[in-house]
Amino acid sequence: MFRLILRRILRNNFAIMGLFFILCIFIVAVIAPYIALYDPYKINVYKVLEPPSKEHPFGTDELGRDVFSRVIYGARVSIKVGFLAMGIAIATGTLLGAVAGYYGGFIDTVIMRFVDVMLAFPTLFLILAVVAVLEPNIYIIMIVIGLTGWMDVARLVRAEVLSLKEREFVLAARAIGAGSGRIIFKHILPNAIYPVIVAATFSVGGAILIESGLSFLGLGIQPPEPSWGGILSVGKDYITVAWWMSLFPGVAIFLTVLSFNLLGEALRDALDPKHWAED
Amino acid sequence: MLSYLIKRFFLMIPILFGITLICFMVINLAPGSPATFQEELSPKASPEAVEALKKLYGLDRPLHERYLNWLRMVITMDLGKSFVDGRPVKEKIKERLPITVTLNLLSLLFILSVAIPIGVYSALKPGSIFDRALTVFVFTGFSVPTFWLALLAMIVFGVNLGWLPISGIQSIGVETMPLYERIIDWIKHLILPVTIMSFAGLAGMSRYTRSSMLEVLRQDYIRTARAKGLPERVVIVRHALRNALLPVVTLLGLALPGLIGGSVIFESIFSIPGMGQLFYSSAMARDYPTIMGILIIGAMLTLLGNLLADITYFVIDPRIRVRKNV
Repeated sequence: MFRLILRRILRNNFAIMGLFFILCIFIVAVIAPYIALYDPYKINVYKVLEPPSKEHPFGTDELGRDVFSRVIYGARVSIKVGFLAMGIAIATGTLLGAVAGYYGGFIDTVIMRFVDVMLAFPTLFLILAVVAVLEPNIYIIMIVIGLTGWMDVARLVRAEVLSLKEREFVLAARAIGAGSGRIIFKHILPNAIYPVIVAATFSVGGAILIESGLSFLGLGIQPPEPSWGGILSVGKDYITVAWWMSLFPGVAIFLTVLSFNLLGEALRDALDPKHWAED
Repeated sequence: MLSYLIKRFFLMIPILFGITLICFMVINLAPGSPATFQEELSPKASPEAVEALKKLYGLDRPLHERYLNWLRMVITMDLGKSFVDGRPVKEKIKERLPITVTLNLLSLLFILSVAIPIGVYSALKPGSIFDRALTVFVFTGFSVPTFWLALLAMIVFGVNLGWLPISGIQSIGVETMPLYERIIDWIKHLILPVTIMSFAGLAGMSRYTRSSMLEVLRQDYIRTARAKGLPERVVIVRHALRNALLPVVTLLGLALPGLIGGSVIFESIFSIPGMGQLFYSSAMARDYPTIMGILIIGAMLTLLGNLLADITYFVIDPRIRVRKNV
């Protein structure tokens, strides 16, 4: 089963490209100190706003810091925020969706109305309000992005659970006296895992986009910590004289998010049994 | 129709209530109250002065009491006074809202008028070069940080080519221009923001139209229509497109929170004095009443958009009407 899925993913060239780039970003994030040419915090007043050259492939910023090194270190922030925010969103959404679908009735109504309420907020407004009220730091940003991104997962899981809970193997588990928790986690959720994996892949990219937007607005990762959105934010002030500050971090965000979206798309095709008949 | 409307309206009440609850919770997450924030600004403030401030803002009462008081205010559409300049929040929002709503409506219009033809055309020729180009565009649209796209567009069209202004919604001295020049000036200022704002929506909507259209084209009634010998044009426009566009209406309603939320970013990039920019400056200044007010108005706009989408769906899809009446 697993090999079949893997084969289907590897047949998709775009998915391979996405997977390859995600691996690269991972490696870059882990070994950032060895790739970075300079200390990303090192200020050099003699080399302010230098265009890209052999010494500084992406140029330097308004404080003479090496943009290439800052972009390399920025990968750490994006990967961290992307994965942890995804984890929070998926855990919350899966739990609430499973409970709503399994128990039904009043509990279901309350949870689903809560989903409606959360969906009514323009997400960025809600995130900005929380971040403005609390001091923004990387953990608060992860949590807020996660807690505002679980609603689609909850709906998805609920729908899966609703159809699964009437199936024979669940009835059988109940007949031998398995408790609700055991039935949900051992019998139902493992069978609803595929759409969740797909949603998780897309949500990493989504979280990275939101984080970079927040940092761009100055309400995300705070300087001097290097983040892609943060570099773009400063780049905007020097847009007429230093295009390189506005170009490279954006390319990094774009390629990273694109990779997760390509992989998610390939996973959706590979994991959806509807497409298997074509083999 | 009326009974549906009434039912739909009553369903909104618990959601509105939930919205106020979440707004209130978010603002009260703050470790420091606005009074301590003012204390930070002037460390010399005496404890008595801080107490007086707390009393003034009603912060000395228990949480649930404050919520009920605030809810009473919100229901009468009194959103309190801004901490920054003491003006009523309602007025501040009122002068900003039209710009944001106009921008959002313009980009919705732009999205619809471009995405639907693109989606239909590529559904008619699946696998063609055009169709593949659409796929590339869709992935780009979903993955590109739109604020970055805005920066690039500003560099290219504003700085290098100098074709379009890159900030504000009117030039300095616009009052002295004749009307038609004023309109042209206004359009020039809006081209970049509206196009960039629409980018992600454009990708989503054209992809959705495409798959919806592909789905409909497979239906038996399309084959029937063709078998009757109807001209292909009539089959596509009258039989297929009308049905394919039904789900698109719902999607439009769902796209609204993203568009409104995005206005924070675009209005601050392009220096457009709308509600998004007001929200941004209030967030920076921790102006709680304004933040709460805009959160609520933003959520209500979304609800209104969804309501309109549902009603439209109800009006244009006879199947729902029949089912609901039974």
